[in-house]
Amino acid sequence: MTPLAIHLRGIEKSFGPVQANRGADLEVTQGEIHALVGENGAGKSTLMRILSGLYAPNAGSIEVNGSDVTGWSTSEAIASGVGMVHQHFMLVPTLTVAENVILGSEITKGLVLDRAAAERAVHDLSIRTGLAVPANRLVADLSVGEAQRVEILKTLYRGAKILILDEPTAVLSPFEVRELWAVLRSLRDAGGTVVLITHKLDEVIEVSDSITVMRQGATVARMSSAGATTQAIARAMVGRDVALALDADYAGSTISSASAASPLFEVQDLTVTGARRTAVVDGVSFSIAPGEILGIAGVEGNGQTELIEALAGLRDARGTITLAGRDLMPCSVRERGDAGLSHIPEDRHERGLVLDYSIAENLILGQQHRFTRGATLDSARIMGNARDLIGRYDIRPADPALAASVLSGGNQQKVVVAREVSRDFKVLLAAQPTRGVDVGAIEFIHARLREARDQGKAILLVSADLAEVLALADRVAVMYGGRFVTVMSRAEASPDTLGPYMMGAEHAA
Amino acid sequence: MSRRAIIEEAVLPPLVALLLAAVVGDALILTFGQSPGAVYKLLLEGTWGNAYGFGQVLYKATTLVFTGLAVGLGLRAGLFNIGAESQLAAGGFCAALVGLLLPAGIPALLCLPLYILAAAAGGGVVGAVPGVLKAKFGAHEVIVTIMLNFIVLALLNYLTSAKVHVPDTLHTPEIKSGALPRLGDMFSSFHGSAANATILLGVATAIALGWYLFRTRRGFELRAVGLQPRAAEYAGVNVASVTWRALAASGAIAGIGGLNYVLGYKHYYEEGFATGAGFLGIAVALVGRNHPVGIVVAALLFATLSQGGLAVNALVPKQMVDVLQAVVILAVATSVPEVRRLLRGVRRRTDS
Repeated sequence: MTPLAIHLRGIEKSFGPVQANRGADLEVTQGEIHALVGENGAGKSTLMRILSGLYAPNAGSIEVNGSDVTGWSTSEAIASGVGMVHQHFMLVPTLTVAENVILGSEITKGLVLDRAAAERAVHDLSIRTGLAVPANRLVADLSVGEAQRVEILKTLYRGAKILILDEPTAVLSPFEVRELWAVLRSLRDAGGTVVLITHKLDEVIEVSDSITVMRQGATVARMSSAGATTQAIARAMVGRDVALALDADYAGSTISSASAASPLFEVQDLTVTGARRTAVVDGVSFSIAPGEILGIAGVEGNGQTELIEALAGLRDARGTITLAGRDLMPCSVRERGDAGLSHIPEDRHERGLVLDYSIAENLILGQQHRFTRGATLDSARIMGNARDLIGRYDIRPADPALAASVLSGGNQQKVVVAREVSRDFKVLLAAQPTRGVDVGAIEFIHARLREARDQGKAILLVSADLAEVLALADRVAVMYGGRFVTVMSRAEASPDTLGPYMMGAEHAA
Repeated sequence: MSRRAIIEEAVLPPLVALLLAAVVGDALILTFGQSPGAVYKLLLEGTWGNAYGFGQVLYKATTLVFTGLAVGLGLRAGLFNIGAESQLAAGGFCAALVGLLLPAGIPALLCLPLYILAAAAGGGVVGAVPGVLKAKFGAHEVIVTIMLNFIVLALLNYLTSAKVHVPDTLHTPEIKSGALPRLGDMFSSFHGSAANATILLGVATAIALGWYLFRTRRGFELRAVGLQPRAAEYAGVNVASVTWRALAASGAIAGIGGLNYVLGYKHYYEEGFATGAGFLGIAVALVGRNHPVGIVVAALLFATLSQGGLAVNALVPKQMVDVLQAVVILAVATSVPEVRRLLRGVRRRTDS
């Protein structure tokens, strides 16, 4: 029997306090297309970066074609025929296709680069594999789909027999996706092995031969694609026990006091134009009543970030935003905050915190104009505020003078949540409020959000974690392609009913 | 991080750099066949060892305090102002022009605010141009400030030589009123040195800048823009407005530095009156870790080296101190992250 192409056993990997992989396994046979699926943060990319030698695992073993290669380097992986195509292209835009492909293993004639030979070699490879790209064009002039083909060519040129693709369709049009599938199938038929990381379930069933599902860093299911259904995969991805916990513990508490009261926060026809002049948020309308949490579910990159930033005033948009009857469109970020809009941003390292500032300073960020005495900051009040919030939100270590950068992810997030929930506000935008924090902090942050809801605040919750949306929201909207493709009550919402909308299959449902 | 650790991280890199410079200096001196001890002794005697030398150190340090504070303020806002050289000249030129317009005999205290305003306006305008270009169009301030150095210095040279110079010289006529007293007028032992009351203005500016940066809301917001512009934007700060204001203020501070020569020393504007002081301000800010106190200390250090070069010329070429300055700059630039890592390692070991 031929050995497995890839055999990973008990892989553990942590980054500081975040454990990305906890005992993950993967078995891929030679000559198959294997799909690795799971939600955002399930540890798929980390696992594949370990396989391709980018990271060393903390524990576990890696076998490729039957030999133990645990802890190898990227160059060793490439030499053994394992190549990874990353989600973000690593191409030099000012070089031609051929130059990019041969970069690092250049064909030379003496000291001089042999351009003609390089172009010929790349051209031949492109014919052989069906990856059609003009070898002499500049990469800067290529479409996204073509650039991706160059990435694949580059990997194949280095002799990859095992090809790992990280979310390859995230940037492709449907037509380009079909072309990619054809290429992958022909690679497989020529004896190659393909590992495809994705969270789009329809793709998985369409193109793969077998499937491994990951959840919270571990492998939870392995199945053959023949006969698998999107429902079955989604269930494995989200996890039965999570769903059970939701029903038992939370469902009762999410029956909110949201009454027929007039909405506190209303958004009409909000449109955000992205970099390529396409609408990344496309005519979104919704309203939230006092004491209600509207959850937005959906695969990341479907306009959630842009929607939240537009609402907060960080991004230009068209449409109307009203908070308690007040038009927010002409208001600056600060004026929106003063009008009662609070915001937990999705990225605490980029936006939510100034990492070199102390805990005390971070606890007034965005409200520095309220903690002044004349032109100066009122340090007595800032310290008082810090001691109060550190105590109430159990921020550790409890030293207000400590820089935010030395806190754990969970405690950093507590600083952000403490600041945004303790201030005077009516509407809260909570974007990925528990991303990358430990379980204890998640419970704590969820409790604070429910508390705010029960005090009659309106909350817009965006989370890539479906379980979180289901645990907190009174109504659930699904965002896909910049639009709300469905809005349903908490009672109707479940991974099964939301799944198809999240995958963009709203017409099928 | 505790307060002590912050101070350690701020102070240790420059100290390590100085140590390194001393070692390199020793080696250099030995190659000239001189004793390092004798050379350093001469250097100290010629600078801090007598009133005249010390006065010269203070005079040179005063200009460097202003250009250092200017560069430091920019860096606190995340902006690299390479234009202190021309901002300093523009400030001095504008002050000299005002001096020519004012009638003779007005007491210094009365016209001093006017001079400060003129110098600040001169430097401030030169600083505001790259600021506005950056805020409006995203033009990189490093490129614009470098290019403006050439433009502004050439323009000032033209204006001086074509419009306001004293025939056969490269300087303007003397101002008629408001010259600041020299230290030599007050303490006779300083006689002959260029040190003057502008130094008080420098110290006041350092204190004011420290207060602004670390005590006021605007300073809090400016530093946030420098550290994490996207977090500052989230916190309701208008990043574009902070950007151009910071560069304008940076230019204004450099501009006021022009008073040291124009008002305190020669009482006229002269082409190239402080050549190099603007660029040296970058080194001063770097070694001073962008902190007003550090900048004042670093300005004294660089002024000492520069004056000391003249003192040791008998034993070794005065260019030796240029080498020392360069070693200090290089060592600080490279040692900052290194020392930081070292400290972290030590702390981790003692923690566990």
